[in-house]
Amino acid sequence: MLRSICILFSGLVFGLGLCISQMVNPVKVLGFLDIAGKWDPSLAFVMIGALLAATPGFFFVLKRHAPMFANNFPTLNESDIDSRLIIGGLIFGCGWGLVGLCPGPAIASIAYGLPSSLIFVAALVAGVSLANSFTRALRKF
Amino acid sequence: MDIHNFTPFSALAGGILIGLSAVFLLLSSGRIAGISGLVQGALINESIQKRGQCILFLGGLIGGALLYRMSPGAIPSITIEAPMMVLVIGGILTGFGTSLGSGCTSGHGICGLARKSTRSLVATIAFMTAGIATVYFLRHILGA
Repeated sequence: MLRSICILFSGLVFGLGLCISQMVNPVKVLGFLDIAGKWDPSLAFVMIGALLAATPGFFFVLKRHAPMFANNFPTLNESDIDSRLIIGGLIFGCGWGLVGLCPGPAIASIAYGLPSSLIFVAALVAGVSLANSFTRALRKF
Repeated sequence: MDIHNFTPFSALAGGILIGLSAVFLLLSSGRIAGISGLVQGALINESIQKRGQCILFLGGLIGGALLYRMSPGAIPSITIEAPMMVLVIGGILTGFGTSLGSGCTSGHGICGLARKSTRSLVATIAFMTAGIATVYFLRHILGA
């Protein structure tokens, strides 16, 4: 129960942060990516702010033996820099540059009630499922 | 360089909240606040309990945005300019790419970089470069 409350609370704060920073607004995001045009550097400050909080935060949290309401921390892939990582990143970047929404802001944007964001989220879900089938198919070879 | 609509303070404040949220999620439940991973977790193959956790966080994300919209002084709307076809293609590419590359702006760009992961740095450089190149192509070559 406590864990569920913490997860919900984290989600709420994350959503608030996306809106306050305007990361949720595709016009802002595309303005940031448009370095050759009317450049809007704001979103670099979102990244700086997030890292200012998360870098020391993660450092201290990961010194603990376990999270507060779970048995262990996730084991993360630390080493493999493979083609999947790079090609995945490049494909994602193309989608990001086309619309200006990455997954977090896309989900949060549902709160603005625009049909466009629902269409984007539906396509995003389709893309995730497609990637899962694709990875499964790759494993068979 | 031509700088427009620069809002460094709200960007920094929002960014700090995002970072704190990621720290709190890891501390409380041992999960990484990578949204593409949570979307994937909400859709497939995890236990009902884990699936519920992912859905809860994503619901919170929407709830947080609703809270923001209801608060005084909030910027009331967002602008999505992409037409239908581009939304669909962009969404599929975003979902496919983040799944294949195991992370997005939050998972690699924030949580990964905060842990000083080289893998995440490589992924972040890849999606930033592709995003900048795509916008350059659309706006300055196609003139859209």
